[in-house]
Amino acid sequence: MTATNGQLFEYLLRLGDDALILGQRLCELLGRAPEIEEEMALANIALDCIGQARLFLSYAGEVEGAGRDEDALAFRRDVLDFRNLLLVELPNGDFAHTIGRLFLVSSFKEQLYSGLCGSRDARLAAIAEKALKEVRYHVRHSGEWVIRLGDGTEESHRRMQQAIDLLWPYTGELYTPDALDRAMAEAGIAPDLERIGPTWLERVEAVLREATLERPQDGWMQAGGKDGRMHTEYLGHILCEMQFLQRAYPDAVAW
Amino acid sequence: MSAPTDSLGEAGRRRILEALEQVHDPEIPALSIVDLGILRGIETAPDGTTVVRITPTYTGCPATRLIELEVRAALDRAGFPDVRVETVLSPPWTTDWITERGRQRLREAGIAPPERGGDRASLFGPEPEVACPRCGSADTERVSEFGSTACKALYRCRSCREPFEYFKCL
Repeated sequence: MTATNGQLFEYLLRLGDDALILGQRLCELLGRAPEIEEEMALANIALDCIGQARLFLSYAGEVEGAGRDEDALAFRRDVLDFRNLLLVELPNGDFAHTIGRLFLVSSFKEQLYSGLCGSRDARLAAIAEKALKEVRYHVRHSGEWVIRLGDGTEESHRRMQQAIDLLWPYTGELYTPDALDRAMAEAGIAPDLERIGPTWLERVEAVLREATLERPQDGWMQAGGKDGRMHTEYLGHILCEMQFLQRAYPDAVAW
Repeated sequence: MSAPTDSLGEAGRRRILEALEQVHDPEIPALSIVDLGILRGIETAPDGTTVVRITPTYTGCPATRLIELEVRAALDRAGFPDVRVETVLSPPWTTDWITERGRQRLREAGIAPPERGGDRASLFGPEPEVACPRCGSADTERVSEFGSTACKALYRCRSCREPFEYFKCL
C-alpha cells in the first residue's frame, strides 16, 4: 500500500509540530532556568528541536505543493491546524515537570526516529538519521535529571513523582496509533507504533526504577493533539507569543 | 568526499579546495569547513555551475546559512562566480570526519577534540575520557553536557584547574 501526498503531509506536520512546540516551550526557560549550565543545556536542546522542525516542515511544505514554506507553516497556521502531541504543549510547570516531559518525549522520539531511519521515504529517513543523533543527547540529559531528582532529597523525589503522575495521562497519545499512523506503517514510511511503544515503555520504566519513582498506573489517556481534534487551551497561548511578529509584520524581511 | 566524476579536473578541484580552506566555521574559527568535515562534494553541473555540497553539524546550527554565504564569496574570489551550495543530510555528519589537522587545531584553540567513534549510542554509558587541551591531564570532569554552542560540552581540568570546552561526539 502506498500513502497519498495528503497523508504524508499530515504525518510530516505531526513530526514538525512536535519539535517546534517543544522547542518553543524550552525557549521559555531562557533567563529562568535554575542554573546557568542548565539554561545553556535547555537552549541547546531547544535549538536542536527547532532545527528538526525546520527540516520536517520544509519537507511538509514541498509535499503539500501549495507554496507554503517552513515559515508559513510555523507562523501562519492556527491552533486547529497544529498536529503536535498534547504532551509537548503542556506548560513547563516546575523544573521536575519541564525535565520529566522532556524525558518522556525525547525517549519516545528516540524510538520513533530509529524506526524512521528505515523509512521507504529517503528524505524522511535522512532527517530522522540526523535528528536521532541529537535526540540521544536530550534523552541522556533529561534522563540523568529524572534519576538525580527522583533519587535525591525528599522534596525533589516528591516533586519528580508528582510531575510524572501529572504527565502520564498524556503519554497514551505517543504510542496509540490512529488511522494515519497505521497507513504510514503499512506504506513502510513510519514504524509501527504498536511495536515501538513497548520498547519505549521498557526504557522509561528502567529509568523510573533507577530514580526510585513509581510508574503510574495506566488510566484514562488524553488524546486529540496529533489528529487535531482537540488541543489544550495552552496551545493558543504558545502561538500568540510564537507567531506575534510574523502576524503583525507579515513578510517582514528587515529588522 | 565523493571522487571527481566531472570536467573540473585536478587543478580546478585544487583551486576550489584551497579557496574553501579559507572558509571557517564562524563559531569555531580555528577550523575550516574542510577540517570540520562538512564539505561533502565538489563538482561541475552540466550547465557549468560549480556545485558544493555541505552537511550541517547540527540541524539547528545557526552557522549553516553564514557558511553558505562565505563559500559563495570565497569561490567568487577564486574565479568561480556561478556556485550552487547544496545541503545534504545523509549520511549525517559525525565528529569522526574532523581531520587530523582539524583535531590539532582544536587542541591549539583550547578545545578538546572529540573522542573517536561518535556513532556509539550509549545512554547513561561511561563518560568519555577527555584530556585537558592545556596541560594534557586526563583528570578532568564534565561541568555540563551543553556548552556555548550545540557541538561543545563544558569541562574542567582537576590538574591545572582551567575550564575548557570539549567538542562532543556525534
